[in-house]
Amino acid sequence: MPFRRRTRLFLLLPLFGSSAVLAQTTAATPSISAGDNAWMLTSAALVLMMTGPGLALFYGGLVRRKNVLATMMQSFAMMCIITVLWAIVGYSLAFGPGNSFIGDFHYIFLHHVGLTPDPDYAATIPAQTYMIYQLMFAIITPALICGAFAERMKFSAMCLFLTLWAIVVYSPMAHMVWGKGGLLNASLGGKIPCLDFAGGTVVHITSGVSALVCALYLGKRVGYPKEPSPPHSVVLSFIGACLLWVGWFGFNAGSAVAANGLATSAFVNTHFATATAAIGWSLAEWIRNGKPSALGAISGAVAGLVAITPASGFVQPMSALLIGFIAGIFCFFMVTQVKNWFGYDDSLDAFGVHGAGGTIGALLTGFFASSAINPIFGAGKPTGAIDGNWHQVLNQLAGIGIAWGLSLVGTLILLKLVDLIIGLRVTREDEIEGLDVTQHGEEGYDFAS
Amino acid sequence: MQKIEAVIQPSKLDAVKDALLEAGIEGMTILEARGHGRQKGHTEFYRGREYTVDLLPKIKIELVVRDEMAEQAIQAIVSSARTGKIGDGKIFVSKVDDAIRIRNDERGPSAL
Repeated sequence: MPFRRRTRLFLLLPLFGSSAVLAQTTAATPSISAGDNAWMLTSAALVLMMTGPGLALFYGGLVRRKNVLATMMQSFAMMCIITVLWAIVGYSLAFGPGNSFIGDFHYIFLHHVGLTPDPDYAATIPAQTYMIYQLMFAIITPALICGAFAERMKFSAMCLFLTLWAIVVYSPMAHMVWGKGGLLNASLGGKIPCLDFAGGTVVHITSGVSALVCALYLGKRVGYPKEPSPPHSVVLSFIGACLLWVGWFGFNAGSAVAANGLATSAFVNTHFATATAAIGWSLAEWIRNGKPSALGAISGAVAGLVAITPASGFVQPMSALLIGFIAGIFCFFMVTQVKNWFGYDDSLDAFGVHGAGGTIGALLTGFFASSAINPIFGAGKPTGAIDGNWHQVLNQLAGIGIAWGLSLVGTLILLKLVDLIIGLRVTREDEIEGLDVTQHGEEGYDFAS
Repeated sequence: MQKIEAVIQPSKLDAVKDALLEAGIEGMTILEARGHGRQKGHTEFYRGREYTVDLLPKIKIELVVRDEMAEQAIQAIVSSARTGKIGDGKIFVSKVDDAIRIRNDERGPSAL
């Protein structure tokens, strides 16, 4: 399909904006940029670090001591299982040509995914760099859901459920927003272009909403909410949160897929929003409870990271400061008020931070996206409402709605299926004794030895 | 022989140990414990929910002494552990039937 390819590349020209690139794009093989590849490989490593040990520590510290290893194993299992799935069929379903909703099997077993660039996705890095970078996103997304069913889900059931989830929910969503021909793909001519730079809808809304469904389906932990189950180590969570903050530079700035000015914008926006979100959450907590807690501050930071994810490569730095602050306060409200009103046991606030943060972030992206930062619809064309394109807010709502819908339906069906096959929840006795001993036959800490 | 069990504030451990050594008592067992008497706990917040922490950290000292040393030991503990505020702790005294030195099977007060 050489004619269609060249037309799409023409649309991408305003992003690169130089005649040297024009010469490159009409050549037979685009050339690899050492700087771009170095940055992308580094970014891939940073994003993996977000899962292990970032998320493992963040979640691990939040649970009771008897469940610390089981919680960390959930993240680690994703690092292993999703990798195999992605290599075999996941990448193809997400990024293969296919149709508007899902890829096909063109890239199965990574056929056609070699060391030459795929110009549709990233013209200056090997296709495998792009593939491995995207893999790290596919790993962390299901790992995030574990926060909702922490301390009560069977390890076997989690492995089966999340593997199926990666195929049924993640791959289609990734395809729609980032894949060739995807319905919501803003840079490859999707019919409803939704601005999602690094995965506010693909990663955070899907995982957050799915987490809510899991929390509701599995039910509350034994003793919730009468008996408080406070974190056994906010110290571990603190370390994890800081690793998430640093790793997120790979998540957002790496989504520029090049070592260029856009990556710088995304890097700066990410950092700015995280800082103000932590401040916002801490201020809200200080006012409400009289003391700002360390746990609150780091939770606020994560909320900011989530909210800026879709916006990172589209907004001005001052907008990022505002987006972060709004997200910090909004997620504080979701986690302390709304959760208690409805009484669901979203153990580690996967919905309150990722689902809610991703939703508000995706919405605010529609308002604050500026063509001065990223003229994604073409040079001189308005991007977000701030440019005058109020229609973009509707497109964002469409993307948000599809993410919510796919997650709700897909998760519910898969939970029911896995429940029927092997059962989801551990027995009451096992839950009280602790998952480390009952699921994994070990203890996290042995102070006596 | 008397067994003396004293529950004290953790911050007073060093002072109590020194006072007991000065009184001529060398053997003791120290345990980390949690508990409360009339001292109230404190409230903590977790995700918007307030809950009371009423099991406070304490130190428990166990001594077994000859009958004639018991009052000295008690005075040493009381004078070094007292602050005058609620939460200072308590001492319990009970009789011990026997004491055995594991190294050489010595029994009775000479085993202490």
